[in-house]
Amino acid sequence: MLLIHCPYCDETLPEVEFTYAGEAHVMRPEDPSAATDEDWHAFLFLRDNIKGVHFERWRHVHGCGRFFNAARNTITDRFLTTYRAGAPRPDPGTLTEGGE
Amino acid sequence: MTAHADIPPPGTLIRTAAARIGITAAPGRLSLRARDGLGALGTALGIDLPGRIGGRAGRDAIEAMCLGPDEWVLLSPPEEVAALLAAGAAVYAAHPHSLVDISGRETTIAIDGPRAAELLTLGLARDPAGIAPGDGRRTYFDGQTVILWRDGETRFRMDVWHSFAPHLLGLLDTGCRELAAEAP
Repeated sequence: MLLIHCPYCDETLPEVEFTYAGEAHVMRPEDPSAATDEDWHAFLFLRDNIKGVHFERWRHVHGCGRFFNAARNTITDRFLTTYRAGAPRPDPGTLTEGGE
Repeated sequence: MTAHADIPPPGTLIRTAAARIGITAAPGRLSLRARDGLGALGTALGIDLPGRIGGRAGRDAIEAMCLGPDEWVLLSPPEEVAALLAAGAAVYAAHPHSLVDISGRETTIAIDGPRAAELLTLGLARDPAGIAPGDGRRTYFDGQTVILWRDGETRFRMDVWHSFAPHLLGLLDTGCRELAAEAP
């Protein structure tokens, strides 16, 4: 089982308290009615399938209830860091496995 | 308070050498969501709302626990729910928040005894030692979200939604017997 650090509770907890919530930093267009069909389609449906460091959303659903972001290495399935929603994406070069 | 066909009335359900499982008298429950003006809200409710997740505070027979960055649960005697709602409503205009009576939602299971913490590991994915006496958490117990109150080293209360209570009571009952049946 994965152990995940919740940046709101500031505790490292078992994976069963959390749910995965897809790719992080997907920005909704400011003015949806001005977006082209292609842009809207890409926003709704197109996601990266990264081999390596993936930025993704998680939710501490059986705990504080908050969404937050995480960087996880999809090869080793290890978390590099977790950070609060709204915080900028960290530079992958500064992250190491096992960091919190 | 609605009676539920599958949930026994308040009282002790099982007592073994390991632990005792019971159901508490149904308290009034309130859910509070608020982002700003916590000081004023706390003053209105008469509770210094804890800011740390899992932290608890209270006055008289009223208890509050912080569940998330903007979420608290309040337990009070049922007859005081109306007064708490009114106190919240009085400051609503200046400090918007959500204070909702959820008294009809949950059953509280009391778990105490020398091996109560060990009994909880039956369904708790996290380490009970991570919850200090006097604290609590909303967490996950054998498939359900529960609110766990740790009142002492070996005393716990667990708030569970009614529909999950018969299953969890059965599980805890089995666990109580198993622990007691172990060779000393």
